[in-house]
Amino acid sequence: MTETRSISQRLTLLLAGVAALLSLLSWGMVTGLAREATQRTQDNVLAASTTTIAETLRSEQGEVRLELPYAAFAMLDAISEDRVFYRVTAGGRILTGYEDLPQTSEGGLGQVTFDSGEYNGAPIRMASVSRLVLAGAEPLSVTVTVAQTRDGVGAVASELSQLAAILSVAFFFVAVGLSAFAVKTSLRPLNEIAAAVSRRGPSDLRPLMRAAPADLAPLLTALNRLMDRLHLSIRRSEDFIAEAAHRIRTPLATVRTQAEISLRTVDDETEKQRLRRMIRAVDESSRSAGQLLDHATVAYRTEDMAHDVLDLADVVRQTVAAVEPTAAMRDIHLEVTSIEAKVLGDAVLLDNALSNVLDNAIKYSPEDTTVSIYITRTDAEARISVTDDGPGLGDEPIDALTERFRRGSNTGGIVGSGLGLTIASDVLRAHRGRLELANTQNGRGACVSLVLPLS
Amino acid sequence: MRIPGLAVVLTLWACNVANALEVEDHRLFPGSGDRILRIVSTTDLDVFEPYIAAFQDVRPDVSIDYSVMSSSILYSAIREGHSFDLAVSSAMDLQFQLANDGFAQRYRSAATETLPDWARWRGLIFAFTSEPAVMVINNEHFSGLDLPTTRQDLIGLLRDHPDRFTGAVGTYDVRESGLGYLFATQEDRSTDAFWRLNEVMGRLDPRFYCCSSQMIDDVADGQLALAYNVLGSYAKERLAQDQGDRMQIIRMQDFTNVMLRTAIIPATAKETEAAGAMIDMLATLALRQAPGNWPLPSLSETGADEALGFGPIRLGPALMVYLDPLNRRAFLTDWENAMEQQ
Repeated sequence: MTETRSISQRLTLLLAGVAALLSLLSWGMVTGLAREATQRTQDNVLAASTTTIAETLRSEQGEVRLELPYAAFAMLDAISEDRVFYRVTAGGRILTGYEDLPQTSEGGLGQVTFDSGEYNGAPIRMASVSRLVLAGAEPLSVTVTVAQTRDGVGAVASELSQLAAILSVAFFFVAVGLSAFAVKTSLRPLNEIAAAVSRRGPSDLRPLMRAAPADLAPLLTALNRLMDRLHLSIRRSEDFIAEAAHRIRTPLATVRTQAEISLRTVDDETEKQRLRRMIRAVDESSRSAGQLLDHATVAYRTEDMAHDVLDLADVVRQTVAAVEPTAAMRDIHLEVTSIEAKVLGDAVLLDNALSNVLDNAIKYSPEDTTVSIYITRTDAEARISVTDDGPGLGDEPIDALTERFRRGSNTGGIVGSGLGLTIASDVLRAHRGRLELANTQNGRGACVSLVLPLS
Repeated sequence: MRIPGLAVVLTLWACNVANALEVEDHRLFPGSGDRILRIVSTTDLDVFEPYIAAFQDVRPDVSIDYSVMSSSILYSAIREGHSFDLAVSSAMDLQFQLANDGFAQRYRSAATETLPDWARWRGLIFAFTSEPAVMVINNEHFSGLDLPTTRQDLIGLLRDHPDRFTGAVGTYDVRESGLGYLFATQEDRSTDAFWRLNEVMGRLDPRFYCCSSQMIDDVADGQLALAYNVLGSYAKERLAQDQGDRMQIIRMQDFTNVMLRTAIIPATAKETEAAGAMIDMLATLALRQAPGNWPLPSLSETGADEALGFGPIRLGPALMVYLDPLNRRAFLTDWENAMEQQ
């Protein structure tokens, strides 16, 4: 599986990008607005100052007169400490003020116009207004210009811009935090489904019955359908195996009977030897077929198994009784140490599991030895331990032994299919228990434990 | 008649001398090093000397070249680009105009930052004293009369006793004195009684002066009965030295002008570091709590005395209004009409 960047990472990055863009945009806008607002404030004051001066324009004995009102300049001081320049021209000639102020744009009479320029190396903002004054015979156009440096405006605007920048950064971080939270929240159902699927046992193919957001319903449906199909196909193959095993077993039994009859009637030792080998091979095949059948049974039953209250002591007693004859054939003594331990489970399955384990123990034990079966109990668990004097479990990873058709490395010469421990392990898993495999402490023999939760 | 331009007009008005500066007093205070801090000032040498001594205590390496000139000559000297490192003047309006028109350098230090907002402007101009305009009277001339406490009282008194006061009233010649012009224009702005007082004074054949110290001298020896709009700091200093209780200082209760003595570092300054150090020292002294043994008051001293709560004259572009040649011409015409009636 190739892993691309996770959805949550991708979403968080995308949202962070959007937040960054919005932050930048809002900062730019606030900065622009601040500049505009402070510029307008300065313009308004300049306009007021200019108009105040223009209002004092009058004509006296054919000459244009004016009196700079104190307030006209005092008001310019109100907003910022900016340098002030002014000029009054009448009919193109300088009446008073700074003659080298830059030219201003022409506006209509009585209309205040604004210009930006530079004076003595400093950027300035100028407001001008023109008025007609009757000087002598002709009306004369008099223009009043008041200018101010823009330091104050710049300082206020950059201060606001800085504030806006800080706010934008804060906004960005809050937005990213919220995005991460939102992404995590909206991806939670998906993660929950993933967790639910991965929590399931290997053979649990029941459909997922969970409440899920509408967006995830198709995924869930598809998943359930897939599991359904998988379930069906597994069952079909199990059916096939069971059927096959069953069909093989009956003819094998016939072959074995015929072989035994032949064995009795044949005198030639070589022939006898050959027939015995044949019987042995038939036994091996029949046993394998039996276990395949067992395995199929276990697979069926675990899907719909019983949950009865069982005493493990009873289970052990019955199973031990069933394998007793086989053990006796090889002079193997079965020693049971039993206490009462109630579990919830399926008697048939547990019997199947335990008999497979006992089968193994008997099979691998040398003749005339003892296989011990203990039932022990802790607070939450019951344990059936089966210890033998056989060759042990070998050096391979112990867990691998529960895989299907896997046999230990030191099983040479002994009949086996490699399914026994797999069956036991499946049964225990269906009971929420586990199979524990270990070599005994003295290094001789194996100890297999069936661990089950107490009811 | 048209006026060709502000700068030219101001320059023409301000100085009769183009290049040879009319220096009233001058002294070099030698230091141990090569550096010379050139100060141009309207403050009398003996008044400013303690400050120079205090500065040289801390910076003995700096020589100080101290020139005294009238505020208008100082103004045009700086405008014409004469090289000085520090300009100290009592004419706030002219100092402000210099700063506004780009003839001053920016300076900023921890000491100047502690000055209140009204005592500095754009880091170009720094106030270090606040000095009220007062009236100084000769006790002999006023014997038997109620002492005036408002301009209204003074107008009544002058009107009722022309015999005592004819030829015995002194005030600034606002045409000559920058400080006198500043006081007069600010009074024009602030009190209705100003022009009526001028009218009454005009009828008494007033005498006009260039400087506070001369006016106080004439009051002391009885030539003048009263000197109107004298610098309070000079009067106080003079009274302290005077024997025989001949004079009194009267502060008008209706309105008192408070002038700020300011310093700028001219754009042409070379020893800006030393000039900055001097401004730092003056700014620190300006904020001193105890009066101490200094000839000029601190920024806070006059403020506390100011019963009516008039602040000092505001450092701002409005100061330039009366410097406008048209406004100045109109003001001086009115003033002459009022003062010169015979």
